Amino acid sequence: MTSRTRTIPDSPSPRRFFRYRPDQQWEAYLFILPSFIGFAVFVFLAILISLGLSFSDWGLTGWKGFVGLRNYQALIRDPVFWKTFRNTAFYIITVVPLQLGLGLLMAVLLNQGLRGRVIYRVLYFMPVVTTIVAGAIIFRLLLGSNGPVADLIYGFANLTGIPVSPPEWLNSTKNSKWAVTMLTLWKNTGFTMVIYLAALQGVPQLLYDAAETDGAGSWQRFRHVTLPMISPTTFFLIILQMIGAFQLFTEPFVMTRGGPANSSMPVVQYIYQNAFNFGRMGKAAAIAWFLFLFIFGATLLQNFFQKRWVYYEAE
Amino acid sequence: MTVTTPEAPLEIPAKQQGIIKSLLVQSLLLLGGIFMLAPFLVMLLVSLFPADALLTRNFALERITLQNYVETFQVVPFGRYYFNSALVAIVTTTAQLVVASLAAFAFARLRFRGRESLFLLYLATLMIPFIVLLIPNFLIIRQLKWFNSYWALIVPSIFSAFTTFFLRQYYRGLPIDLDEAARLDGASSFRIWHQVILPLSTPALAAIGIFAFNNSWNDFLWPLVVTATDEMRTIPVGLAAFQGQFSTDWNLLMAGAVIALLPVLIIYILSQNWFIRGIALSGMGGR
Repeated sequence: MTSRTRTIPDSPSPRRFFRYRPDQQWEAYLFILPSFIGFAVFVFLAILISLGLSFSDWGLTGWKGFVGLRNYQALIRDPVFWKTFRNTAFYIITVVPLQLGLGLLMAVLLNQGLRGRVIYRVLYFMPVVTTIVAGAIIFRLLLGSNGPVADLIYGFANLTGIPVSPPEWLNSTKNSKWAVTMLTLWKNTGFTMVIYLAALQGVPQLLYDAAETDGAGSWQRFRHVTLPMISPTTFFLIILQMIGAFQLFTEPFVMTRGGPANSSMPVVQYIYQNAFNFGRMGKAAAIAWFLFLFIFGATLLQNFFQKRWVYYEAE
Repeated sequence: MTVTTPEAPLEIPAKQQGIIKSLLVQSLLLLGGIFMLAPFLVMLLVSLFPADALLTRNFALERITLQNYVETFQVVPFGRYYFNSALVAIVTTTAQLVVASLAAFAFARLRFRGRESLFLLYLATLMIPFIVLLIPNFLIIRQLKWFNSYWALIVPSIFSAFTTFFLRQYYRGLPIDLDEAARLDGASSFRIWHQVILPLSTPALAAIGIFAFNNSWNDFLWPLVVTATDEMRTIPVGLAAFQGQFSTDWNLLMAGAVIALLPVLIIYILSQNWFIRGIALSGMGGR
């Protein structure tokens, strides 16, 4: 009981507050009921159906019976599944560090208190509020074979005499994933920046002053004061962006349709394809649970390693 | 702001160093700003010129036309998409706030058996990724005969464990004396929720409301799965379908993108402070 009372600081008598009140028992259930019905159907029932599906044979004609682990076994032998899985891994490995690094860089720059700060913040955050579908269509134009980015690179080559030619992005099995990464960075870096900016403003000036008195240069202050102080935010952003990158779908779906030759297709699009284009609900559900296990495992792993580098003030 | 240390080996005076540094900072910021803004500018430019302008790179000012917008409105029912998106986002957000706030009130301020374990159950659902629920929810919607209806677009999105969690945290921070005093005056729990807690939680409701509204407005995968006709499509799904039909008519596509983005961007620029604070706050779990 004592551990709970801490969270309600203004309560004059914590014990009175937590005393069991029979008159509130049913009342409380009534308050929770609307949301509970929703969770019961769209989360708890859905989880059961999804689990059942993943152990079932579900073709175009509907449910055909339980097949045990066969969906999962088939997955392990499915080369397309592994390809999409590697693609998703690529997105996580590229998007998460770049987004955090660039977001932190921008936040640190904006935190210098220079002029135009509000305008930059508005600008950087603009892609965050836009519909990603529109962003994907624009990037398809930008990165196309005869697009503006190609123009820029030709212009650069003409100007400097350096013989560079624009690479193929969208039509190349090698580079299509990078196109998706670029779009994701454009879309989400403003978000990490805003969160980092809030964290930076929470670092007490006192610590910087103390470090400066001890003769620490600006890099040392950043390395030994800023980074540890904002490490809880970094941890939070890593988890959040990792879970987001695991579930990446719209960007490649609209920009490249997962192509060419599945080279940019993420796992979620493969799930979508199996469920809604091929009608293989059982297989799709099995992939979704596989993905869940990976997200869960990765989160646990991060949580385990956080003790080594995340600094919590009040402990 | 100056970075000189007593034993700085460089001979550059502190003032000049400051200027060099601020120049570097400004140019990096500008570069980032260009990267963020350029896609919007290209979109606007291409949308304002005839189809051949992009091919020939002939963007002479006297060729500016609104013809692409007229044509886009003729081939795509954007008005309908707007209506659908607005209706879905407004109803979803309002219902989500009411439902979550009721539950959060009970979790934060009422005493009942099973409170902690029930709340833990709610928290646990935060770990279930949306993709796991996508297929069963689609089957449930089909079973309810809600496929391609507003019910399908709205009802499953109303229930948010995150919003409940967020509001519960906020309600726990409000002094409990308020409830006790109201109870002494004979107020029911419902009245306390309605007349004491709700008015006090406007900032929290606004922050999480903006977050929910933006999520609903920009949602793509769920509306894609449960809609089949133009009558029911929201803006993102309609825009994607438009791209499927006119995949290389860049002038029309860009006009469509402008039409899709303009209202959100206008609202955003007018209320950017609220927007950024709201999304940052709820993105950080209210910390």
